[in-house]
This record gives sequence, structure tokens and C-alpha cells, in this order.
Amino acid sequence: MLRVENLSKRFGGVQAIQDCTLQVKEGTITGLIGPNGAGKTTLFNVITGFNKPNAGRVFFKEEEITGLQAFQIFRRGLFRTFQITREYKEMTVLENLLLIPRDQIGERLWSAWIRNRSMRTQEKKNIEKAMEILRFLEMASKKDMPAKYLPGGEKKLLELGRMMMVDLDMVLLDEPGSGVPPFLQNKVMGYIRKLSHERGLTLFVVEHDMNVIMNLCTPIIVMTDGTKLTEGTPKEIRSDQRVIQAYLGEPDTQEFEK
Amino acid sequence: MISYFVSFLIMGSIYAMAALALNLQWGFTGLMNFGIGAFYMLGAYTSAILTCPATTEHLGGFGLPLVVGFAGAALVPGVVAFLIGFPALRLRGGTFAIALLAIHETLLLTVRNESWLTNGVWGIRGIPRPFFEVINPRHYGYFYLIIAGGLLILAYLAITKSVGSPWGRILRGISEDEDLTSMSGKNCWSYKMQSFVFGSMVMGIAGATYVHYTGFVSPQVFNPLMSTFYVWLIVMVGGTGNNKGVIVGAFLVWAIWVGSDFLTDFVPAAVATRIGFIRMLFVGIILTVTILTRPQGILSRKRLIADWYR
Repeated sequence: MLRVENLSKRFGGVQAIQDCTLQVKEGTITGLIGPNGAGKTTLFNVITGFNKPNAGRVFFKEEEITGLQAFQIFRRGLFRTFQITREYKEMTVLENLLLIPRDQIGERLWSAWIRNRSMRTQEKKNIEKAMEILRFLEMASKKDMPAKYLPGGEKKLLELGRMMMVDLDMVLLDEPGSGVPPFLQNKVMGYIRKLSHERGLTLFVVEHDMNVIMNLCTPIIVMTDGTKLTEGTPKEIRSDQRVIQAYLGEPDTQEFEK
Repeated sequence: MISYFVSFLIMGSIYAMAALALNLQWGFTGLMNFGIGAFYMLGAYTSAILTCPATTEHLGGFGLPLVVGFAGAALVPGVVAFLIGFPALRLRGGTFAIALLAIHETLLLTVRNESWLTNGVWGIRGIPRPFFEVINPRHYGYFYLIIAGGLLILAYLAITKSVGSPWGRILRGISEDEDLTSMSGKNCWSYKMQSFVFGSMVMGIAGATYVHYTGFVSPQVFNPLMSTFYVWLIVMVGGTGNNKGVIVGAFLVWAIWVGSDFLTDFVPAAVATRIGFIRMLFVGIILTVTILTRPQGILSRKRLIADWYR
């Protein structure tokens, strides 16, 4: 589904991604873990067109998407959420969702004038769909609230709601669980699993909560220092000595003695 | 006194049109257009040149009907905005503003110096006024108020209807978070261009409305203070992102501006001669009071714009 080949990205003197090659297979929920600064978010940024890579290529559905702009990548069915939630602060929760659907008639300047009726019909449909999602996320009563007043966990849910608004082939989730209250976390994870099983949606998930990632994802890819360290099932990863070293560092007693 | 009031309303309508256009660009799309005067000027000169009778002073002699003049006054600023937009819309925020300020100065210098085209600093005289020969000059103001007011209402309806649709929702999305809007599959550059061109066309029409009212146009009218920052003041006082607000703001600010003329009768002679500066002082006070007491403007931004679906 998604293939990254020899990708490199440098910010000034910092080599954020170094010759990284990895693959996400169709229909899987692939996890991506790694210590802070391993380049996970930068990888997402390069894949989705926010940063241009210095070298390497990205393929999505066997087509090259390297260097395309974010909106073009979305149109091919690839979406992402953000680690630090982003929402339209002044817009209402409902409007935040209504902005997402593709091919809205009313997105053309003249539609409000010459295709008013079909625009309204479509808008009504989108509103119904958005309300359905808000009810699922238990946020229906907040539909007219400006999104900036939502607590952090619900902002995260709003990001998930956004991805439910459209039919996608693949979603990159940047820490979907962080900040979500525990009673909703299971529900959210259940929904992610359901999306994957029922609709065949491919998911690529960065997550720091090991319980979540070990339960949710197969396979798991481990990144360190901007490149792929290893890949395997949760069981393999848990017992892999290199992974433990990447997180905790080399056993170097001299450091402590100094 | 009544004719004074009518002329007040006409000028207020012209400024309200320009302010609505800026509100589309800044209030809804987040484009910091510091070159309003350039598009206002292009509209004014285009219409003047297209409709003027033959003369040796400047390019002209087309003597076309006023409708063509107004159409040209929308078209030329629209095309120029489109061309400027290619490089300028790659800039964000303040840098975009500075680029447009520079473009305004460049166009203003061109108009001042290319006398074959615009008669330079002497300006264009004898611009035809619609049906001026037919209507009793004493009632002409009323007639022109209908034209200016009608155009203002048209501009208001056009802009309000557009920003209330999903199209306008994308514009507001861009003004809040361009990256997120881009990730949601919207071609932000294209939408910024549409908003920029649309607004510039309305500014051009405001310029044409002005020249066909005064019958005279010279580069002095388009200094950045009166043509650009005055419109910004209106939008900030009236309410950024609220179309009704900027119309209220346009008439209020214009009332304070011309109202200072009446003060000359009540203040000592030494002050009366400096009334022009006192006017500037008033403008500074309005802006300061607005920012301190009501930063969102007289009428605040409407939250739920998409209320037409109910």
C-alpha cells in the first residue's frame, strides 16, 4: 500500500531521516514506534507532502507521490492526523467536520448562485453524516461549540471524526490515544480496528502507549536515528534486544561512574 | 444640508464597497492586502479612460458607455490581481502585505509619470457622469446615491452569499490553519487566488463609482493613507469578518472624518486652520479605543456562517 524507499530528510545539520526504507501492507494496522527524535513525525510529514525529502521516493498504491502537495495526496485517499491536535479553533465542531468531504458542489465560487439547490441537498447529507459521527464520539451536544473550547481529549476525537467523514484507503495516525480519556480510549481503538476489518482501511499508527500498540498493531516497525531498525509481530518486538537498547541506551557503566 | 448628507452617503457607500472587498480578503481568507489603493486606482482609471471623450491630454477618446467602463473597472483589477497573485500568494502574512504595499507604490508612480496614459499628476478631467444632462443638477445626488447604494447592496449580497457557502468555509479554514486545510484535500493556493481576484474586482468597481461621481481623478486620491489604511481602519472598527459590521464601520468612520469639518465653526481660529491634523488625531483615537475596548469591532464575527441550511 505504502512504500518508502531510501528516504532522507535533513533540517540544517540535523539528519531527521536517514536512508529509510519501509513498507506498509494493505489492510494491516501497522505500528511505528521508536524513541523521541527517531524521526517518526518527520516521516509522516514527508509522506504527506508537508516536507520535501532530500532524497528517496514514496509510493502509494504503486504510484509515486514524492513531492506532491498535501491536497493532492489527500485526493488519492491518504489522510493523516496530527500529534499535537489541530482544529479550526473559531469554527464550530460541526463545521470542523463539514470542511472535510471531497467534491463538495458548494466549493466552487458560483455554486451558491447557480446550483443552490443541489448544494443544499449535498450539505444536508454531509450534516447528517457528521452528526452520526459526533453521536458516536459522544460529542453531539457540542456541535455548535467553537472547537477551541473542547478539552484536549475531545480535540483528539475530533481528528478521528474528521477521518471518518470520507472514504479513505489509508490513514496515518500520529498518537491517536494520547490525551483521550481512558473510558473512550477502548472505544476509539475498537473503532480503529473496526475500520480496518470492515472497510479494509490501512492504518499506520505512531503511539507511545505500549499497551495500545501491542494490542492494536501487527506488524510493528521500530525506528531509531531516522531509519528502520527492525520489524515484527508485537511478541518479536518485545523480546528484541536491539529495541530495548534503542529505548534505554547502551549498557555503558562508565557513563555513570564519571 | 440635505445635499451634503446625500454626498456623505455616496462616499460612505463607495468606502463600504472597498471595505467589503477587504473583508473578503482579510476577514475571511486571512490575506493581508496592503495594496487596496492599487486596485481601487486601477478601477478608477480604467473606467475614466474607457468612457472619456476624445482629448489630447491622455489616452482616451473611446467614449464608451458607462456600463463598459464599470465592466472594465472590474476586469482590469481582476486580471492584475491574478498576475500579481502568482508570485505574491506564495508569501504568507506580513510579507504578502509588504509585497502589495510595494506593488501599490509602483503602480502609483506609473500613473503619476506616464502622462500619455493618465495625464500624470494633472489627472483626468471631464469624466462623464451617468445621465448628468437629463437630470436636474439639484437632484443629481439622489440619482447617484441610487447607483452607489445599489452597487453596495449588490456587492454585499455577492460577498455574503459566497462566504456563507462551503466555498467560504474553505476560506475561513485557510485563514485559521492553511496546512490542515491543505491536508483536507483543498487546493489552498487556488482558493486564495479566487478570493484575491474577487475582492480586487469589487475594489475596482468602488474606484469606478468614485470617478463617475466626482468627474475628476488624479493620483493624489490614491495615496496609501486614504485609499488603503483608511479602508483597513473601517474593517477593524466595523468588525473583521462581519459584512454588516464593515458597512456600519464605513459610514461611522466617514462620519467622524467629515464631521471634523463642522468643528471649524466651534474652535478657535488657530486650531481651525489645523483641522486636517486634528482629523488624523481623531482617527488615531478611534483606532486606539476600538482596539482597547472592542478588539473584535462593532459587530463581531458570526460564528455559525453556515446557518442557511436550516
